[in-house]
Amino acid sequence: MYPKDLRYSSEHEWARVEGDRVRVGITKFAADRLSDVVFVELPEVGAVVTFMQPFGVIESVKAVSDLYAPVSGNVVEVNTALRDSPEVVNSDPYGAGWIIVVEPSDPKELDKLMTVEQYLKVIGEEA
Amino acid sequence: MKGRDFPVIFELSTPGRIGASYPEPDVPRRPLNALLPADQIRQVPPGLPEVSELDVVRHYTRLSHRNFSIDEGFYPLGSCTMKYNPKIHEDAARLPGFSRLHPYTMPEDAQGALELIWELEQALAEISGMDRVTFQPAAGAHGELTGILMIRAYFEARGERRTKVIVPDSAHGTNPATAAMAGYQVITVKSDARGNLDVQALREAMDSSVAAIMLTNPNTLGLFEEHIVEVEEIVHGRGGQMYLDGANFNAILGVTRPGDQGFDVMHMNLHKTFSTPHGGGGPGAGAVGVKAHLVPFLPVPVVEKEGDRFRLDYDRPQSIGKIRAFYGNFGNLIRAYAYIRSMGADGLRQVAETAVLNANYVLARLRDRFDLPYDRLCKHEFVLSGTRQKKQYGVTTRDMAKRLLDYGFHAPTIYFPLIVDEAIMIEPTETESKRTLDEFIEAMRAIDREAQENPQIVHDAPHTTPVRRLDEVRAARQPDLRWRGG
Repeated sequence: MYPKDLRYSSEHEWARVEGDRVRVGITKFAADRLSDVVFVELPEVGAVVTFMQPFGVIESVKAVSDLYAPVSGNVVEVNTALRDSPEVVNSDPYGAGWIIVVEPSDPKELDKLMTVEQYLKVIGEEA
Repeated sequence: MKGRDFPVIFELSTPGRIGASYPEPDVPRRPLNALLPADQIRQVPPGLPEVSELDVVRHYTRLSHRNFSIDEGFYPLGSCTMKYNPKIHEDAARLPGFSRLHPYTMPEDAQGALELIWELEQALAEISGMDRVTFQPAAGAHGELTGILMIRAYFEARGERRTKVIVPDSAHGTNPATAAMAGYQVITVKSDARGNLDVQALREAMDSSVAAIMLTNPNTLGLFEEHIVEVEEIVHGRGGQMYLDGANFNAILGVTRPGDQGFDVMHMNLHKTFSTPHGGGGPGAGAVGVKAHLVPFLPVPVVEKEGDRFRLDYDRPQSIGKIRAFYGNFGNLIRAYAYIRSMGADGLRQVAETAVLNANYVLARLRDRFDLPYDRLCKHEFVLSGTRQKKQYGVTTRDMAKRLLDYGFHAPTIYFPLIVDEAIMIEPTETESKRTLDEFIEAMRAIDREAQENPQIVHDAPHTTPVRRLDEVRAARQPDLRWRGG
């Protein structure tokens, strides 16, 4: 449920390094907590995102939450499929439910994110 | 017609049927295109229903029977006080001298109305511990914006550039929205294990770039901020302003005053605490009180008293300007005034005491059946968690809220505040009798039993309402908001 190859933020985003890029989404824990996602406000390709600053908004039937960038950089891809099918965030948060791809300006920031073990501890405490 | 047991008004339409007959005009008829420019005249007539007066009366009376209102049943709606609105308020608001007063009436001819506004201001200033009060805002969130814009104007007047507003993670969603609308960056500060704003986290977040903190006290967990004095010292120590979201003012009326706790600005929802109607029955009224240093920034006009006469003061160069047409929702000011005058100081204090007693009574009788994340004496409301029911029986808070409808109660606020898993927020208010509270408690306990013994009946609730459970996901993703013929 929580892949080992990802890094995790305290705001429940995941980051997957793919070559010189980083794919970003929200964790299964966050998706479950939000319940049915009905809308994802995505940034434009080319937008600049900043480490742990909001880059978008995710809305479910229960709540509206900011999405935080787990790494600074330029947005090079956005998952436009979420415009029509935001429910993919619930059904496949680590796959088709990805949100953006970032070209990081400071890849060392990823070291500040949690490992899966650390993240599980955090949600264990919160759950 | 499928899925409905009676038609929408458009489906009742019969060509040529009308509900009124007008006399012949006493001025010469002229063709429409002689009166209006061609591009202002629609090409296709509007699709209005053609119905008789009786059709209209029956249709809307039927619809009104589907409403749930405070006049009909208990509304344990935490986060938004829903108490009884005394009917004598309606008599007062309908007095011809008030109800027929045109907003453009010259102030000299509207002395009674201005006197009422001025006296209500004096009363609310006394109750809140503020120096002046404006009644321009149309509701609570509008009041927040008014308050934060005054804070912004205050710093601009001092030549200070501050860019941030601090909001706790238990705040009403309107707080960060307001701060963002006023151009501020929102900084969220977490709550501590007892449900207070975390003082250490505040200390770390607070610097000279912070314009204000927006607090609700008692907060949305129904808990009084235990460290409010320390919070005030930290915020004022760095030159910031203290903003109180007065949504929960009902819990402290006549007991403590936000002005004495160090708040510089607060809004008061007259449609909650001061017993005037909400929303569609209102509209609302969001009075905003300020301390003396913010008085120059109040919206215009301000009612001033000179001798025994009253006037509207527009000559206020530092004012944030006009934030609403005319003078606020005056009808509600009359109702709030009637409430304060009929209750008196002792009565208002009794409101808070009874509201707190009622909330703690309900809490005491539900605490063995539901998780209680912050186990403290509560104020006017408290927050339970349905986590146990969800984990053990697969019954969510949403299911239980829907099931309450079958028992004849309005559902409480659920899934708020966001920091409580499966939150159920209950506010009984002072106007409910012990008998009503007992019935509600029994319903909640019965639902807990059902969750254990027959979870399906809770999953499938409501069973007795005209419309069964709505598809919220589809409503959000594919909203169908407009009637189309056929």
